[in-house]
Parts: sequence; structure tokens; C-alpha cells
Amino acid sequence: MSTPDNTTQAPDNTSQTPDGKAKKSWFSRLPIVSHLRQSVGLQRGMLITGLILCGIVLICAIFAPLIAPYGFNQLGTSEGNFGSKLPPGGTHIWGTTVGGYDVFSRVVWGAQTAVSVIIVAVIMSIFAGVILGLISGYLGGWLDRILVVIADAVYAFPTLLLALVMSIAISGGQSSAWGGIAAAAFSITVVFIPQYFRVVRAETLRLKAEPFVESAIVLGASKTRIISKHIFRNATRTLPLIFTLNSSEAILTLAGLGFLGFGIEPTSASEWGYDLNKALPDVTSGVWWTSVFPGLAIVLTVLGITLVGESMNDLNDPRLRVRRKAKTKGAKAAKAVTSSSDNETAEAK
Amino acid sequence: MSENVGNNSTGASGGTENPGGTVDTGGTDSPSGTAGAAKSILDVDGLDVTFSTDGGDVHAVKNVTLSVTPGEVLAIVGESGSGKTVTARSILGLLPETAQRSGAVIVSGKDVLSVSGEQLRKMRGTDVSMVFQEPSTALNPVYTVGWQIAEGLRAHNKRASKAELKTKVIAAMEQVGIPDAQNRFDYYPHQFSGGQKQRIVIAMALALGAELIVADEPTTALDVTVQAEILDLLRDLRDETGTAIVLITHNMGVVADLADRVAVMYRGDLVEVSSVKQLFNDPKEQYTRDLLGAVPRLGSTVAGSRKAAAAEAAEAASPDAKDRGEGAPATASAGEAPDTGEAPAAADSGKPRDERESVVVARNLDIVYPGGFGRSDFQAVSSVSFDIKAGEVYGLVGESGSGKTTIGRAIAGLTRASGGSLQVLGHEMVGFKERTFSPIRRRIGFVFQDPAASFNPHLTVGECVAEPFAIHRRDMTPKDREKRVLELLDSVQLPNAYGARYPHELSGGQRQRASLARGLALDPELLIADEPTSALDVSVQAKVLELFVDLQNRFDFAALFISHDLAVVDMLSDRIGVLFQGELLEEGTGEQVLGSPSSDYTKRLIASLPVPDPDEQAQRRELARNLRTAAS
Amino acid sequence: MSAAISEPEAEAAETSVAVKKPAGGGLGRYVLVRFLLIIPTIFILTTLVFFLMRITGDPITASMGGRLTEAQLAERIQAAGYDRPLLVQYFEYMGNLLKGDFGTAISDGQPVSSILLNYGAATVELVFYALIVALILGIPLGMLAAYHRDKAPDAALRILAILGYATPVFFAGMILKLIFGVFLPILPIAGRGTTQTEYIMSGVVSPTQIYLIDAIRIGNFEVLGDVLAHAVLPAVALGVLTAGVFLRLVRTNLIGTLGQQYIDSGRSRGISEYRLVTKHAYRPALIPIITVMGMQIALMLAGAVLTETTFGWQGLGFKLAEYLTARDFVAVQGIVVFLAVIVALTNFLVDVIAAFIDPRVRY
Repeated sequence: MSTPDNTTQAPDNTSQTPDGKAKKSWFSRLPIVSHLRQSVGLQRGMLITGLILCGIVLICAIFAPLIAPYGFNQLGTSEGNFGSKLPPGGTHIWGTTVGGYDVFSRVVWGAQTAVSVIIVAVIMSIFAGVILGLISGYLGGWLDRILVVIADAVYAFPTLLLALVMSIAISGGQSSAWGGIAAAAFSITVVFIPQYFRVVRAETLRLKAEPFVESAIVLGASKTRIISKHIFRNATRTLPLIFTLNSSEAILTLAGLGFLGFGIEPTSASEWGYDLNKALPDVTSGVWWTSVFPGLAIVLTVLGITLVGESMNDLNDPRLRVRRKAKTKGAKAAKAVTSSSDNETAEAK
Repeated sequence: MSENVGNNSTGASGGTENPGGTVDTGGTDSPSGTAGAAKSILDVDGLDVTFSTDGGDVHAVKNVTLSVTPGEVLAIVGESGSGKTVTARSILGLLPETAQRSGAVIVSGKDVLSVSGEQLRKMRGTDVSMVFQEPSTALNPVYTVGWQIAEGLRAHNKRASKAELKTKVIAAMEQVGIPDAQNRFDYYPHQFSGGQKQRIVIAMALALGAELIVADEPTTALDVTVQAEILDLLRDLRDETGTAIVLITHNMGVVADLADRVAVMYRGDLVEVSSVKQLFNDPKEQYTRDLLGAVPRLGSTVAGSRKAAAAEAAEAASPDAKDRGEGAPATASAGEAPDTGEAPAAADSGKPRDERESVVVARNLDIVYPGGFGRSDFQAVSSVSFDIKAGEVYGLVGESGSGKTTIGRAIAGLTRASGGSLQVLGHEMVGFKERTFSPIRRRIGFVFQDPAASFNPHLTVGECVAEPFAIHRRDMTPKDREKRVLELLDSVQLPNAYGARYPHELSGGQRQRASLARGLALDPELLIADEPTSALDVSVQAKVLELFVDLQNRFDFAALFISHDLAVVDMLSDRIGVLFQGELLEEGTGEQVLGSPSSDYTKRLIASLPVPDPDEQAQRRELARNLRTAAS
Repeated sequence: MSAAISEPEAEAAETSVAVKKPAGGGLGRYVLVRFLLIIPTIFILTTLVFFLMRITGDPITASMGGRLTEAQLAERIQAAGYDRPLLVQYFEYMGNLLKGDFGTAISDGQPVSSILLNYGAATVELVFYALIVALILGIPLGMLAAYHRDKAPDAALRILAILGYATPVFFAGMILKLIFGVFLPILPIAGRGTTQTEYIMSGVVSPTQIYLIDAIRIGNFEVLGDVLAHAVLPAVALGVLTAGVFLRLVRTNLIGTLGQQYIDSGRSRGISEYRLVTKHAYRPALIPIITVMGMQIALMLAGAVLTETTFGWQGLGFKLAEYLTARDFVAVQGIVVFLAVIVALTNFLVDVIAAFIDPRVRY
């Protein structure tokens, strides 16, 4: 991700350093860091909880081979098979599945699958969506109209159903034509392109009417220059936010695909939704551990990402941002409005 | 709940409990002799308000003490950041939770700052009410106006019957001059014009019989001619009902028109409180004097401008009658003496201005915005003809919807002209192709209205000013470019260090200077300035206008100066064109257009412009009233 | 608090009154334009689904690839016309769609249109129950959260809403099954009714297939009770999660509306905070809420696929999952296309309702 600094938030350097490239202020203008610095009270609590949950998932994903006692497709050790539906305890702290896998290991390995699918899918769809949105929004014309109609049609369609059709198209009904992860990631990519497209296009249209873009038009700047220099950075301001919100949707879509049996085979990777699908008959017989743990893994991952996204959303929107009450200490960033009106009157003197 | 019962008695006791509240508020200077002795309806005593913002605490109002007597109009004036609006909102207890307040605000004997939430709710509407700045946002778009007015009544009298409410609401609507109120009870806000909406907002404030109304910039969002009507309405209501008004405004003309007493605020401090006559004739404080000095007036000039010099010359020598360009009536005038003497920097063109070539020639220009599916087209400009000569400042004045901005945008190639002919620097703009127009763009500069939005927030001011070089002077070395940027910043009186700052770190006035620098970077032959000062405070506006005149003298560019403010246009234009609903009603020099306007609309426009002089304004008010009745 | 919860019903009643007001020309044109926009939407989705489903091969091979010999496969492919150029097949498919012919399922030989008819009602019934749960919970709680903005109740409600969003509907369903079916067996956990109910239902003359209506029509209250008991868990699973989305939606829009000048204007005339939230801010906020809710209802259809699978609820989603397992892509394609049409129609209806409420469109 790029680091679009948000002008409406925390122009920290107003008071101290006019040089915006100063190291400290560069760091503090990173999306999440600046949000953390701005937040207070409950919003801060939500943001921190979200960050911790995301951190845990990331750690599980990166260090899965170290954390998980067994492989995701391991059915036993040299001493023999694990056994089916073993209750939690002993060597299998979260028990084993009906198929004889270790639940804890599958859950940890599942984090790896989830994270890699999100990263691949969301980044691919951001690239495609942003480029299409910028071009379509700025140039307009028939290309724009066609893309908008397509994006609107696809946008309104339930993501899960579309992802289902996409994964049929990719795997052709036969599994492992592609790697399971790549197929899932690509399905989700296509589903999310319209979302990025719509956001970036709307921003582009708004920016196109902004005086600073018109001023570049009046100066005779070329289209490429206007798009790359003036619109791109401003239009992508909200992307970190959509990124987080879409990531959680991507996980839910992935899990939904897996639950319908259209995800990733247990032999190629571990996937929470698939495990829940296999655990469905267990529930009636009171075998709870095969469903509760992978299910909770999904819930906590989505929860973490959503908490981060929601807090960012609130902090970006001045109407939703909670401010400290007056007379508490902690002045951080000089608000452009107040400082400018002060200068204004100073100029009058 | 019965309305306004016992207000006066409680108000009286409240007033006597706070004798200190009226000290040093200029009450003794009040024109109405009884005002000083009368019980006040509002006492603000030592009000102090602090906000917490992202930038730390802002001390918005500092120890302000004021009082208002029944039937009095107290104007609180000040520029942005003066704390006038915060003071006004404190009177109704309408401050956000981030505000820390101290002192006392006694309305009808009760302290707004210390009463309980429920008591405050009961006071609002019955004891004190408010009129908001922007009528289109002060009305709920999805409810009928009748319902909305009735809501206030219902809030204070739960048992009122529907018929009873409707009678009262219609009476309130009729009181503020809404014609056909019976039928319009069921109209939605968007079915009214801006002026009518503001009348409805006033009706809402009055419906409960509040004896004190706080009007926060009630006419700022309105056109001048509509503003005059609303000011008349407020005055009539005061005279009829004896309602006291606290008028928040930045417009000295509005103050002169309506106020009995004036409180001047600056950065949260109360600078002075005087009667309106004294304030305008003999202001006590230097700040007030500066503020009044900065207000543009009809017929005034900017120091150093051609007009100023011409006016001096006219006094010394006899007027040099000259035939003006086509379209303008050929009356003799001193407005346009040969300019060789006054513009030394423009030595290269020795010719008198009106013999020079035209940089813009519009002939029967039409601009139409195409309508969407099933919607008719909108004709923004119809059959407009005018010329702008090289080195001339052409002022285009008009109210909202007059098409003035559209014309400016068409000249800059931002909006497509649809009919007639529009030649810009010899290039035909009707049906133009970007490729052929592109080379001409470097000869045109543009200054936008909103200084906050006209710079890319991600680029430094220096980079923004250098943008023209980056596009048109690829051959320039970075060093040369930097040198030129510094020169430009220098010429608009911005310190060199500002080049490294980001736009949001500059004030509005500074940004508008930088915007001028960018517009002039390539030495354009034509500069289009679209309301360049309307977002600025008057004192800042005065400085920017002075700078504009100075630059125009030095670089001798032609300029199209677009504004809604007749006084501003008059101050710096060689010729003025008056636009109304897409048509150019008349054009000529300032003296011609303002001195002997030919169209009724221009007469009304001039008469509606409130001047910062209470006595003169009283006369003009009558004139405007007569013109309005004649028109309708 | 209880008052806050009862308020929306009154509001909803008022809204429906507003709908009955005479519509101006602006609205008529809006409805027409909006209706015409459905056509390209449906066309694009059908086309997209057709080509995506067929990009890697024909349905026969996908369905029976391993089980038949090469020759048998080729024969059946030719018989079904899948050996013709894709474009020809596409135009034939689109033409058939216009006639209401969705093709014939490969695995069980049923016409897809009859599958849609037989199982569609069950899905509609489920979504209807869930929608009621979502509206009853989501709207008042959203108002409550906005009213207590940034205070403890708001914080608690928001966290609940986010939890609702974060929980996949099938996981919520499985937990509900565990609790109410296994540990605390008080509710049925699978199907739309007991075997006896299903038997009675199959005997109903000209059934609507919506069990609630059919049970009332035959006047059998035992069956009615059974039908409702079976609906509780699926409706709660799907509804509660959607309620979380509605809660967030109502809260955000109300808070945005509460920042408007006309709220301050109302406040300045002594209108109570409670009334400002429930009346003055509520209706302007309702317009964007309704639009987004339309989209949510569309998403509930996808949720229904998962819910039906979890609870063995014999609806379109349940069948879709079955056909997916059987790799019967003719049936899958038919169901997906049908759902796309439903989604487009729902969004259209919702936009029209929003326009009815908005006087700026109406007049």
C-alpha cells in the first residue's frame, strides 16, 4: 500500500516543521499510525483491540509452521493415526476432526490461507479497480458509461454467488486445475474490482470539478499529468479504509465458498470454511470442537479487521470523530481552520 | 404550556439581580432614549467559551459582557474567528459538548448556562429563538414547511389540536409575507425560493412569540436584492412586535441598515460597543476604524489604481471626453484618461487603452447546459456581446444564476460555448478543439474563488506556483524555475519561506496571493478572476484587491473580474457589465453604470446594496423599496 | 427505551401514508427510468454468468466426466447441442430465458424452471422471516445507539453489531443448533417442518409453497406452530446478523443527519432531543437507509444459501448447494440467473420506495 497522507486529518507539522518530509511527521502521517494518535477513549480501545487481533492472525499466518504442532494435512504420527473426533485435551488441545486432523493445527494453518488470499485478492482488485476508476472517471464518454453499467450490475449482485460462478469458471468444476488458493483469490478479486472502481471513479469525478484540477486544465496540463499528479493521490485517500472493510468481506466470502465445498481441498491447504462444512454433521451429535474453533477463528479475524476499519472511518469523518473535552491536555495537530482564521485576522492588523 | 406568560416579570427581577451586566455596553449612547433605563431582555455577563479542537484549546470568547433591551437590534460584528457566532449560539445554549463555558447568559431572567436541560428546552422558542445563515439547510427537506413550523408549537403545547396549529402556522407565514400561505402550508422547502425559505425560517423563530431573536448572518447566503427584502422584513417585525434582535454579521452595510447598537468583536474580545451612529461617525477603537476603512464602497477607489489617479486628474484638469468602445454609451467621462502617465511599468504599449486590440470579443454568445434524460436544457448565457481590450479590467457583476461565472469559464475553455461567437486572443471558442487552444492557454491566467480548494493539497505552494513552468517551459532548469517562483512570491508579497509550505498551512488571504502568483507566472495577457475575494474577510479582501491593482499596473494584463459585489467591481474595473439571468443588461464605466443606470434591474441592484453609513442607508432603503414596488 | 423501540412502527405507518400521496410527474419519470435500468443490469449479469460458466467446457463433461466413456460423452454432448459454437448456444439460451425456459438439470432431469417454482417459495419465506427479525432489532437499536452516541449503550450496541457482521451465518447457525438442538433441546434444528407437517403440506390443494400461508389456509394450527418453530433458528441466524448491518446503517445515517443545521434549528425552538432523533432526523436518514437496505436484502439471498444448507431448509439455496456438489452446472446457472433477476427487481422496488419518501423526487 502507498501511504496517502490525509489532509483533513492531523497536519501535525503545522506548528513545528513546515517541511512535510521530516522523518517523524512522515511516520506519524502513515494511515494507521495517524489514526492511533488521533483517537481517544472508546475509539482508541476499538482501534487497539482490532490491531491486536489482526496482529495475532498475522503472527499465526507467518509462523504457522512453528506454532502448529502438526501439518494441516497430517493424519497421524509415526506412532499411528490421531483418531477421529477426539475431544480436546492431551496431545490434541482442541481435539481432532471427523477426518482425523488436529483441529488446533488446522486453525493455525488456516490463518495462513486466509491472509494470503486476502492479500492477493485485495491487492489485485485495488490495482485493477483504481486504474479503471481513474481512467473511466476522468475521460468519461462511452467507455465510462459501459464500465459503469457493468460495475453497477456486478456490484449489486451478492458477492458469494459471483465468487461461486468465478471459481467454477476458473477450476472448470475440476478441482486443482489451478492451485486452490490462487483460484479462490482470483474469484474474490473479480468480485471486488467493481467496488474499488466505483469509489475511485466517484472520487475522480469529484476531484475533476475541484478548482485545483481546473486550474491545471486552464494551464494546459496534459491528461496524463492531471491524472497522475493531481487526481491519483487525492482519489486514493480513502483506499486504506476500503481495504480493511473489503478484507473482512473477502474472508467471509472465502469461508462461504469453503462451506459450500468450493474452496480449497484439505490436502492442499487448511481452510476454515471447509472445516466448518465438514463439521456440520458433527453438531447434531454434540461434537462441538470441530466447528467452534475454526468458526471463532473466522469471527475474530473479521472482527479485528472490521474494528480497525470502523475506527479509521470514524476518525476520518470529522462528524463522527470523538474529541477530547476542552481543558484536557494533549494538543497534537493544529487545525487548519483555526490557524488560518487566526492568520487572517493577523493579516488584517 | 402557555406561551410567553410571565416573561416580563421574571425578566425584570433577573435584570435587577445583575446590575453589573449592563456596565460599559454603550447603553447610554442608544438612540432610543428609554433603552438605557429599560429592563434588558438579555444580559450576557462575563461569558467565556473555550473549545477543544485537534489543535488544542481555542479560547473563542473572552469575558464578553453585553445586554439587549426589548425591541432593540444589537449587531455583533467581526471577521472570521472573532467569536461572534459562538457568542450568538451561547445565548440559546447551542454549543457542542466540547465547549467549556463560564459566566452568565440571562435570558428573560433565567441563566441559560445553568438551567436544567428541560428548562432550557422550554426557554428555547418561547423566550429566545434563532434565525440561521443558510435557509436551505435550516429547513428539513422531507417535511412540509407547515409541519415544521407547527413542530415548534407542538413542542411547547402538547395538547394543541391540528386545526389550532394550522391556524397559528398560517398566521405566522402570513406575518413574514409568504403569499397564499393557506395552500403553501403543505409545500416542501425545495418548492420555495431562497428568500422565501429565509422568510419561513424567520416565521419558525417568531411562531412562539419569542421576544428575543438571534439572527446568525441571516442574509449572507442571499443575493443583494433578496437581502434588502429580508432586512426590511426583520425591521418591520421589530417595529410591529417589539422583538429584540441580536444580529450577527460581518457586513457593515447590513449593520448600518438594521442595527440600533453595535458590538465589535475581534479574536474573542469585545472591542467596543457603541450606538450605530457613533460607530460609523466616530469609532472609538483603532480596530473598528481599520475595519470600516477596509469596507469597499460604491465610488471608492483602491490606492494606486488608475481610477484613483484618474479621479485626481479629473479634479485637476477638465474631463477628456472620449468615444468608448462599441456597446458602451458614449457619454463623456473622466473614468478613462489616457493611461501612459499612470502605468509606467506598461511602457511597451503607449496606445490609449480603448485603441488597443481586444483580447476577448463576444458576439451574441450563448451558453447552454444540456439537460439530462427528459429534462430541458438550461440556457445559462443568452446573446451576450462585449469586448475586453488589452490591459483593461472588465468587471462582470451579477447575482447567483446570472451566468457571470459561466462566461469566465467559457473564456478559459472550462465550459463549452454553444452559440454566437467568442474570440479569446484571436481563437474562436465556440466548438473549439483542445489541441488548437492549448498553446493559447499559457497566455491566460485564472484565479479561483475558493482559495482553500484551488491548490493540490499534496503539493507545496512553491510546486503549485511552478506548475505553469513545468507544463509550458520544459526547457527551464530547476534552478531558474526556483528563482522565478521566488520572484513571483515576492511580487505577491509572500515571504520566500512560504514556497516550501503546504497550502493548508497558509491563511485564506495568503493562498489567494499564491493563486495570483500562479495565475501570473507566464505573464498572461488575460487574467480571469472569478470572485477572487468573496471567501475572504473584508480586511483581507482590501489587501488582496490592493495587490491586484498593483500587479495590474505593473504587468498591464487585461482582466475579467467577476464578482457579485458591485462595490468591489466598481473599485477596480475600467468598465462594468451587469448580468441578469444570462443577459447583459448594460455596460459602461463605473460612473455610467452606477451614476446613471439605464435598466431597472441595475437601479434595484445599486439601491439594494447596503452602504456602511446609517443615514445614507436610510435614504437608499426608501429608494430600494420604491423600486421594488414599482417592479412588482 | 421501550418507547424508543416502539416508535419505528408508528413511523413506518406514517411512511406508508406518505406513499399513498398522489405522485407528481417527476416520480413517474423516475420510476420509468429506474425500471429501464433493470434491463441492462439483468442482461449483463446473465451474459456474464453464461460465459463464465461455459469458459472451461460444457456442463455434460463437468457433470459426468469421470463416469462415462469418451464416446458416450460425445454422444450426449451432441444430443444436447453443446458442440455448436458458443455464440449460437448463447443466443439460444437468451431466447429460451425470455420464454421462461431455464434449461433442464443434468443430474435429475428436472426442468430448472420447475425447481425455481418449487423451491423459490421456501427461500422467500426464510428471507421474509429474517427480514422481520432484522428490522425489528436493527432499526430501533440503531436509533438507540445514535441517541446515546459515544456513551456506554452505543459502545455496547456497536460492538454487538460488529460481532454480528463478523460472524458467518453458517457458524451462527451451527452454534444455535448446538445450543438449542443439542445442549438445550427445545427447538427443531433442521427442515421446514416435521415429517408429518411435510406430509400434510404435500396434500394441500394449489399450494403457495409458503408454509406459513398454507398452514393458515388449511386452518391447522398444530402445523402452523410446527412451521413457526422450525423457522425460529434459521430466521434468527440470518436475521440477527443482518440486524447488525441495519443497526450500523441506521446509526451512521442518523448521526450524519443529526449534524444538519435543521436539527439545530429544531433544537433552537425547544423540540426535545428524543423527538429530534425519532422524527426530524429519522425520515431524512431513512432515504439512504432504505437504498442500502435494498442491497442488504439482496445479500440476504446469498446468506439464505448458506443458512438453508446449515439448517436443511429445502429452498433454492439448499438445492444450489446440492447441484454444486453434483457439479450440475445447468441447474446452478439457472438458479444463479434467477437470483440475479430477483436482486435487480428488489433493488428497483427499494429505490422506488425511497423515491416515494423523498419529496424532492416526488414533486
